Amino acid sequence: MRKIITILLLSIVAVGISLSLAKIPFGQPKTKVGTRYIDKGIEETGAVNIVTSVVVSYRGFDTLGEVTVLFIAATGLGAVLRIAKTKAAAIEPASFVLQTGCRVLFPLILVFGSYIFIHGHLTPGGGFQGGAIIASAFVLIYLGCREKRISEKMSTTLESLGGVIFVVVGLIGLAVGGYFLLNFLPKGQPYLLLSAGIIPVIYIAIGFKVGSELAGIIDNLIEESQ
Amino acid sequence: MSFLENYAFYIGAFGLILIGLYIILVKHNLIKVIIGLAILDTGVNLFLISIGYITEGTAPIFSGSETNGQQMVDPVPQALVLTAIVIGVAVLALALSLAIRLYHHYGTLNLREIREQKW
Repeated sequence: MRKIITILLLSIVAVGISLSLAKIPFGQPKTKVGTRYIDKGIEETGAVNIVTSVVVSYRGFDTLGEVTVLFIAATGLGAVLRIAKTKAAAIEPASFVLQTGCRVLFPLILVFGSYIFIHGHLTPGGGFQGGAIIASAFVLIYLGCREKRISEKMSTTLESLGGVIFVVVGLIGLAVGGYFLLNFLPKGQPYLLLSAGIIPVIYIAIGFKVGSELAGIIDNLIEESQ
Repeated sequence: MSFLENYAFYIGAFGLILIGLYIILVKHNLIKVIIGLAILDTGVNLFLISIGYITEGTAPIFSGSETNGQQMVDPVPQALVLTAIVIGVAVLALALSLAIRLYHHYGTLNLREIREQKW
């Protein structure tokens, strides 16, 4: 009964959606703002990667909000799981091959993640992607060397540092030029690593923040499962 | 054929969204409801990306040799989805942690039984 009602409801929704979607052409430029960002992006922000210039520069304030959402989700997870935490039982160590493989791969993945978020304004990638890659290195450590844990203090410090750098850079812009997240550093020559003013700084801060938050989430969930 | 070529991405994206909604509305197992949430999330992301697509378009990144911005896809939906994916993961983790707490409290993941037990 419940299934039939649900299917009926969803088919009504589907008909409504398909009627409205039929009027949206596929594969044609739709927004003027997108073309404007592509035309003026390099000149205005100095970043070659237009997606990065939208995320960090044009809509930097939105990104601050999104980072806050991520922070609240991670904190909420910690708070929900912290109640009545049981003592972890003795863990059987992983095999020697697995442990050595993790130890070899761990720094390499960290370097790759840092590369992704440092070059966020030049190549595909950025703080969010690089942070996710860094968190995947910690997943590997948790699965391979199961007795190892990242220190909670360090992960919290990195997370707060990332957030503070983001806000402080924005506030300096407010003090120097009159609005939040103003690009006050020289933009430099496009296509070089040291270009685009504050964009690499903010993206590195986001990379640290996202990486430590996702690693903290994984840490909490794994502790709970033991 | 041209209909499918034009609307394949929309159909796929809304197919995922409807499948996710169906799972959320019908299933009783909390873990399955969370899986439905994840499918819904993927569908929304795919829809946003396909809205911004331009036929034969390239990624909105300038490389040294090519400075022609005419054939680039819309960067705004990509920027939105970029953050939405990471937030989706975090929200999923929060939902799973709530499921873990519920399981500790009630000893079951069946939503119908949880509703009957109240406290």
